[in-house]
Amino acid sequence: MIGRQPDENPAGIHLPLDPLPGHTSRGRLERVLRRGEFAVTTELNPPDSADPEDVYNRAKIFDGWVDAINAVDASGANCHMSSVGICALLTRMGYAPIMQIACRDRNRIAIQGDVLGGAAMGVANMLCLTGDGVQAGDQPGAKPVFDLDCMSLLETCRIMRDNGKFLSGRKLTTPPQLFLGAAINPFAPPIDFRPYRLGKKIAAGAQFVQSQYCFDVPMFRTYMQQVRDLGFTEKCFILCGVGPLASAKTAKWIRSNVPGIHIPDSIVKRLEGAQDQKKEGKQLCIDIINEVKEIPGVSGVHVMAYRQEEYVAEIVDESGVLKGRQPWKREIRRDDQLVAERLDHILHDEITETQVDMVKTAH
Amino acid sequence: MSETTPAITQATLVKKAAPKSDYKPADVSPQRRVQRSFAVRLWSVRHSRLLEWFYARFSDTFLLLHPLWKRIGYGRVEGPIKFVERRVKGFMFDCRMCGQCILSSTGMSCPMNCPKQLRNGPCGGVRANGNCEVEPDMPCVWVKAWEGSRNMVHGDKILDVQKPVDQSLRETSAWLRVTAQAAAAREAARNSANPGALA
Repeated sequence: MIGRQPDENPAGIHLPLDPLPGHTSRGRLERVLRRGEFAVTTELNPPDSADPEDVYNRAKIFDGWVDAINAVDASGANCHMSSVGICALLTRMGYAPIMQIACRDRNRIAIQGDVLGGAAMGVANMLCLTGDGVQAGDQPGAKPVFDLDCMSLLETCRIMRDNGKFLSGRKLTTPPQLFLGAAINPFAPPIDFRPYRLGKKIAAGAQFVQSQYCFDVPMFRTYMQQVRDLGFTEKCFILCGVGPLASAKTAKWIRSNVPGIHIPDSIVKRLEGAQDQKKEGKQLCIDIINEVKEIPGVSGVHVMAYRQEEYVAEIVDESGVLKGRQPWKREIRRDDQLVAERLDHILHDEITETQVDMVKTAH
Repeated sequence: MSETTPAITQATLVKKAAPKSDYKPADVSPQRRVQRSFAVRLWSVRHSRLLEWFYARFSDTFLLLHPLWKRIGYGRVEGPIKFVERRVKGFMFDCRMCGQCILSSTGMSCPMNCPKQLRNGPCGGVRANGNCEVEPDMPCVWVKAWEGSRNMVHGDKILDVQKPVDQSLRETSAWLRVTAQAAAAREAARNSANPGALA
């Protein structure tokens, strides 16, 4: 078919792709990464509403700029639309969501059910997280579950996929086909344990990892050096987390209030010295992307622009990480377009032909 | 979007309300309120190598006593052993009686003291000073575990992926379970070595 985009099922955009050898999922993100292309992922700010249009509008601004969209699972322990719900909506429209699963809110029974449900809806990528503590969110009185941890969650998903079994050993009739992800934070203590922890995650089943916000590139470079020396970059795709800071004030606030985000003083100073802090924050993000994309072993970037989602396209464009490649974009298919044009012609063009006229023109 | 007005979350409401009353409960999780000192726990981590050596001797002794446990009956001996185990490990490690002790794989720092009860390593929220994200005044259990494991002979056991906690084993004696399992394994090895012995 002419004009069909790569990584799209010809029978319908919402359907999974053909299985490929060496691939564990039928999704777009795994294909992009395994082809060796520099992947870009981003995060959808989950709406506090029951309107599907809110999700679609928020996803639309990423069209043609990202390879996958993270559907966050109550990040920061704040209540929003569930990641399963967002994934259900996104897969219908052909997007490639990364379903985040946090261990904070659900036990192993609920989580395994959601993994099956998500996979049945066409979610190909799942990101296994521990989740922030409930004290960080809007409902600190909630009961923290933490039945599994990110590592045993990864292993559970891997067992479901590869062995076709629940954690209990009960058989699945059709195992989920998944590309499993995890999170890394190279910027929090114990620093020398962090590379080994990535090794543990790989052993548990991680195929790609997204890092916490990287503002300290030298620190990330050291981490990547250690990870390369341990040979983990061959077993796992590493996506570096980046994002624009809105202002020096935000940076300071994040530093003292959001656990696990390390922002060096030099960054805050650079923002403080700028005329337009928001613009400088964006430029800073682009500069960091340009630095990390050169580090060997980095397979992509994860752009987290919370409440600045409209900047994602600009950041990706200006940093040039896609190298002219256009990720999948939702657009009208060529045959549909043809039908639409014909229909338009039939409906709106003033052609009133009688049989007499037809005979006349035939002669 | 609520860009103009700052979002009022439940957490801010709680925090705002807090200073208005004279009674201020400690800003920590309920499980932490029961004890506030980490001195003994941290001593155990500092002396992880000694404890590792001691634990190895101790489990050998327990295994040696297997015929005794068997004669009295593991079910009957469970009560008193559990009583001792809870108090000893409670004092030394702030034990939570999960019933499936992995202290030797975690640098003698009990992972069940982590507010997220992580058994496979630290979360990404560890503070820059090495303290816990949830309880700012507690040193991260896993930062300590890593330090402790570096002193130990078999410290690299920290790199093993641990299975999720079996909640049905809570409040049971890990010492007796390990002993019974080791005895069963020893028996199986002996039987496979000379299969005729059973007949």
